[in-house]
This record gives sequence, C-alpha cells and structure tokens, in this order.
Amino acid sequence: MDSSLKKQLAVDAAKIRLAIIEGTFHAKSGHPGGSLSITETVAYLYRCALKVDPKNPHWADRDRLVLSKGHTAPALYGALSLHGFFPESEIARLRKPDSFLQGHPDMQKTPGVDMSTGSLGQGVSAAAGMALAGKLDNKDYHVYAILGDGEIEEGQVWEAAMFASAKGLDNLTLFIDNNNLQIDGCLEEVNSPYPIKEKFEAFGFTVFEADGHDFDSIDQAVTAARAVSGKPTAIVLKTVKGHGVSFMENQVGWHGKATNAEEYEVAMAELKAALKACEEA
Amino acid sequence: MADVLKKATREGYGDALVELGKEHDDIIVMDADLAGATRTGTFKKAFPDRFFNAGIAEANMTGVAAGLASCGKTVFISSFAMFATGRAYEQIRNSVGYPRLNVKVAASHGGISVGEDGATHQCIEDLGLMRGIPGMAVLNPADYYEAKKAVKAAYEWDGPVYLRFGRLAVPVVFDEDCPFEIGKGVELKPGTDVTVIATGLMVKEALDAYEMLKAEGISARIINMATIKPIDRDIIEKAARETGVIVTAEEHSILNGLGSAVAEVVAETVPVPVVRVGVNDTFGKSGPAADLLKEFGLSAENIVKNVKLALEKKAK
Repeated sequence: MDSSLKKQLAVDAAKIRLAIIEGTFHAKSGHPGGSLSITETVAYLYRCALKVDPKNPHWADRDRLVLSKGHTAPALYGALSLHGFFPESEIARLRKPDSFLQGHPDMQKTPGVDMSTGSLGQGVSAAAGMALAGKLDNKDYHVYAILGDGEIEEGQVWEAAMFASAKGLDNLTLFIDNNNLQIDGCLEEVNSPYPIKEKFEAFGFTVFEADGHDFDSIDQAVTAARAVSGKPTAIVLKTVKGHGVSFMENQVGWHGKATNAEEYEVAMAELKAALKACEEA
Repeated sequence: MADVLKKATREGYGDALVELGKEHDDIIVMDADLAGATRTGTFKKAFPDRFFNAGIAEANMTGVAAGLASCGKTVFISSFAMFATGRAYEQIRNSVGYPRLNVKVAASHGGISVGEDGATHQCIEDLGLMRGIPGMAVLNPADYYEAKKAVKAAYEWDGPVYLRFGRLAVPVVFDEDCPFEIGKGVELKPGTDVTVIATGLMVKEALDAYEMLKAEGISARIINMATIKPIDRDIIEKAARETGVIVTAEEHSILNGLGSAVAEVVAETVPVPVVRVGVNDTFGKSGPAADLLKEFGLSAENIVKNVKLALEKKAK
C-alpha cells in the first residue's frame, strides 16, 4: 500500500474515532469500545474495498456491508458521513428521537445501511442471503459482514457459516473483530468461542488473520480473501477494544457507555492530536 | 351425505407457488428440510434453481431470506408453524419485520390437526406471535382454494406476511372464484341473532353449525376471517351492532389469536359479549386429527353450544 493512501486511511480512521466519541457523548449512551476496535477495518472498506455510491445508496450492483455487531453503529455512521452518505452534523444527533441514526443500524432510515442489525448473530445470515442473491443474478458484487468475537457464541452464526459454505458463497467475507472482550468479561471467562480460525475452517471457510489496526495487514487479508474461489472467507482481526482512546483501551467497562464531560474532553483531545499527527505525517 | 372433496391447505400453497413461479422470476422459495411436508417440494421440482434448502436451521433460513429480499427477491420460507414462527420468532421480528422486507413466512402444520406427532409439533401460538409484530400481515385460509388465493395475495402484498396452512385434508368449501382480499372478512351466511366469526378449518365447522342452529330457529351470521391482521374492523363492528353478540372459532389458542383480535375491536367499538372457541390455553397431544379436533372442542357441535352460551349472555 502506498504511503499517501496509508496516510489518507489514518486520517479517515482518526475522523471516524472522533465521530464515535462525539456521537456517543451527545447521546449519553452507546458502544464506543467495539466501535473503536473496528475503526481501521471500516475506514479501509469504505476507502479501498467497497464499490458503493453515496448518491445512490440503493444501487443494485453495489458491494454490501452488514454490520452484524450492530451495536458498533457509531463506527459505521462515522464512515458513512465521512464518505458523504449524510452530513457530518447528523453524528451529534445519534440516538435522538428525531434522528435517522438509530442506536443500532436501520436500513429503512439511514442512507448507506444495507441491513438492519443489532440482535447478534442475525446479520451474518442476511449477508449470506445477499451473497446468494448476487450469485443468482450473476452480479459481481461482494458482501462483507463484521461480527464480534463474542457474537460468534450465537448458534445462528454457525448455521449461517454452514449455509454459506454449502452454497459455495465465495462472494462473502466475514470479519471477526477479535478484541477478546464481551460485556461480562473476557471471552474465556464468559464462554470461549476459541479457536476461532479453526472453527471457521471446519465450517468450510478459508480463513485469514490480520492486525485489525494495521492497514497493510487488513489490505493483504482482504486481497487474499477476494482471490478465493468456491468458498466463503473469514478474516480474524486481532484488535484492541477501545483502541485510540487511552483510558478505554482493553477496558471491558467501555463496551456500552458514553464518556462524561470530563472524559469526553480527554478523549477528544487525544483523538484530535492523533488526527493532527496523521495529517502532518 | 355425499362425499365431500377434501384437500389440505398446504396443497394449495404448493400449487399456488408453482403458478406464481411461472409468472414471476423474483420468487425464491426456501425450506428447512421439510419440503415434502410443506409442499415447497412442488416448487423445487418446477424451479430447482430458485429453491434453497437451509437444512434444519430455521433461524438462518429466515435471515438468508431477509438478505435475499433486501436484494429485490420475494422470498417464501417454509417449515412447520412451530419452528417457522417459534424457533425463528426473533429473526422474523428483527430481520424481517423491523426492516419490512418482502419475506413471506408460509408455514404448514398449524394447529392440533397435525395429529399423531403430538404437542411439540402442534403450534397453537403462531397467529398470536405473528400478530404482535408491527406491519406483519397474518393470513389463515380455510380451504385449498382460499389458500391459493392467499398465497397470491401475499406475493402482491408489499412487506412481510405470515401464512398458516394445515397438514390435514379438510373439506373444500370454496371454489376458484372465491373472493380474497387481505384485510377483508367475508360474510358467508346472513344472520341476526348472533355472529360466528371463524378462521381456518373452523370455517367449515361454523357453516355446519349454521345449519344446526337454523334447525333450532337461531339465525347465525357466519363470517370467514382469513386475515387475522390487519383485522377487518368494519365487519366486526357491524356484526356487533347488528347481532349483539359474537362467537369466534379458531384452531389456535384462545389467547392472542382471532378471538383476541375480535374482542379487542369489539371492546373498543360496540362492546357486546364475545365468546371464544379455540384451544383453551392447553397443549395438544397425540391422536388422530379428527378425534383431537372433537376432543378439544373444535367442532360444529361445540360452536353450537357456545352460541347458546353467548345468547344467554346477550339476554342478560
């Protein structure tokens, strides 16, 4: 990946992080931790991978992204506003009664949202359905879904994995955000879904691993996944929950709460400094 | 008595799917390893490229259907009513109902007329479960011909629909020309003393009850309510006003189904007594369907009995 693109992606990620903290702060609720762990992935997808048109969000031939871990909508909204699906000013209205930015993604309300999600385990099935539709219609679009590592404790994920593999959906790529934390603690404490790579392989996927905060690593995995034929693919992303905000990193408590005024100032100062550093790099 | 032609409503589903499939390329059908029983196998045979078996995984089938529908397909998904609406309730609610996608949940083996398989497979809660989902149309046809009409109306309907079919061969009461409009009840017999509002296989029982009541000098209005939601408020309100008492009849729990839907409308418009005939908040059991229907009071005789009870309430 050339350095100017990498710089652009770093700027995108910094801006998405600012949107995550901004939106959840004004909403006084939301899920910053898991939003921050998928930020680079979302930034990469919208800048480098997804064939989408902000002017025509329902374009039939577009690539699809299903945020199966729907609670991390702030990251998705940050990317969508960054790429012109809706004005940036909407971010501060996240979760407000008159906003089209729902607490969890709503395809009927928000331009650019391909599937309504939030109930864990369900998005991956919808993504498989979209991939199947692409095959039926001989379209060359690709479908991506982002899942949480805790989310894969849901049985439906494995029903969907079995289906995607049995139907040969090589136009489907799942990201598993492996930040190792879920609401009640670390994965092993709660109900370990490990080994993740081997499980998906056993279900017929070709699986890649990537550093979820490194654009080269994400790019290599996505490029490799796109080259696979005949089988669905999965990319296990090693990530840090809360990445980019010092006091949120690897802290389970930041799964589902917003910053207070003081924390907000600290987080925004850190992220603005990071953005400035990226821009000046 | 001459032999009555009997045919299960699921046969109407299978036949209508094939007819629709010939006309519309956007129709996709899915099943969860019950294609023979639900009659989606008929469609599979005619259009193998547009049929997908999800295997025994109803939750995923529902989600896949949602994804297909988001790409412009009209998807019929089938299993037994128990699993289609029970196992996958939340998938229907959140992946289909909430985004208002064009998925038609078409379930066979509704009610206790499943017979010998017993309570685990006899769904008596499906109409209630589906009725509670905002924007979901709920259809429960009475015979083969009405089932075919319901399937075609569901295809034309923009948004999610639940269709309930039965396993049991039931008397054919209508013909190819029977009127069918989602949201409209149909008055089958005029009457002034009492109204019986029936749905599904209880429509035939209500028609038989009509004759028995007539013989006793009781004038019963008979209404076929194939749409449980959106419920036909006008026909209910009119019946309440003109006959002063209503009996409902359904092969479903008396909780949350037709009886509840009718009682809600009556309570809010013309409050008159409502008596509900249905499964009395109990599970089914194994046995021949005909025997079970009798035992659980899903019969013309029990409708007659309840009509008399209703008339006593009306007189008070």
